[in-house]
Amino acid sequence: MQFDSLQGFLAMGGYALYVWLSFGVSLLALLWVVVDSASTHKKLLRNAREEQARQARIAAARKAQALQSESQQTGS
Amino acid sequence: MWKWLHPYAKPERAYQLCVTLQPYFLWPGILCLVAGSIWGLAFAPQDYQQGDSFRIIYIHVPSAILSMSTYVAMAVAALVGIVWQWRTAFMAMIAMAPIGAVVTFIALFTGAAWGKPMWGTWWVWDARLTSELILLFLYLGVIALYGAFEDKQQAGKAAGVMALVGVVNVPIIHYSVEWWNTLHQGATISKFDKPSIAPEMLWPLLIALLGLALFIAAVTVMRMKNEIIRREYHRPWVKDLAARALGDDHAV
Repeated sequence: MQFDSLQGFLAMGGYALYVWLSFGVSLLALLWVVVDSASTHKKLLRNAREEQARQARIAAARKAQALQSESQQTGS
Repeated sequence: MWKWLHPYAKPERAYQLCVTLQPYFLWPGILCLVAGSIWGLAFAPQDYQQGDSFRIIYIHVPSAILSMSTYVAMAVAALVGIVWQWRTAFMAMIAMAPIGAVVTFIALFTGAAWGKPMWGTWWVWDARLTSELILLFLYLGVIALYGAFEDKQQAGKAAGVMALVGVVNVPIIHYSVEWWNTLHQGATISKFDKPSIAPEMLWPLLIALLGLALFIAAVTVMRMKNEIIRREYHRPWVKDLAARALGDDHAV
């Protein structure tokens, strides 16, 4: 350990502002990338699920419509 | 080699590979970053000229080295994408661009915060600093160009060409301290000679470098997964994946 006390460690020999600013901003920047990547992942999966459900609904509605018009044709 | 490599051009296989690799990159990366930072901040000896301000080196140098390595990796992915028409290669390229930009930003920012107490200024337009700033703009340019195209294969090609052209900047950054008279000091670590730094200062630096490299790989793999899903939106395997990951209630 290069420092005698916690105060000494935090003071960084008078360069506290520059050292802690560097480490702090770097930590925030790296954290931001990971959080952004993970939240985008969740969002994309949710969107994919919604889109596929929508497609399934459209397909089902088309099928129902086709059946209906078919039965109308045979009925008349 | 080709036979072994080729299946990974298929998005689903590439996705599986990313899932497998992610924990091996992420956790050791974080561990090494934390260990290297603590060692560098608290246990490495003081610099005889710069005192404790030199401790910024433990993020500045790894981020500066890796901002260039990441750029080269991105350009290699772009080359593979353009030459062999691999869709997944372009995805890898665009997955690397944001983390590369962030690492470049960190290198510039910590450099400024180190320059202020040592040089008396946050910024000078000298060769090293300016070429590193151009590197940041190249990353941002690749991201912006990729985003500007609706068709992502076109986007990959356009951004890929830009990434390839930008490679010329990497040796300029590296040799800028030799070719021009700069305020920035010469290389201490990345040279073909014994590093001119005491071993008890060097070890934490190497650990931090390894940690950041693994961290960049982890983020690349995370973002690669996102790119694959984005492009494979309507495929059944993505649906299954979403169902499993989100704990689905209205799945089939």
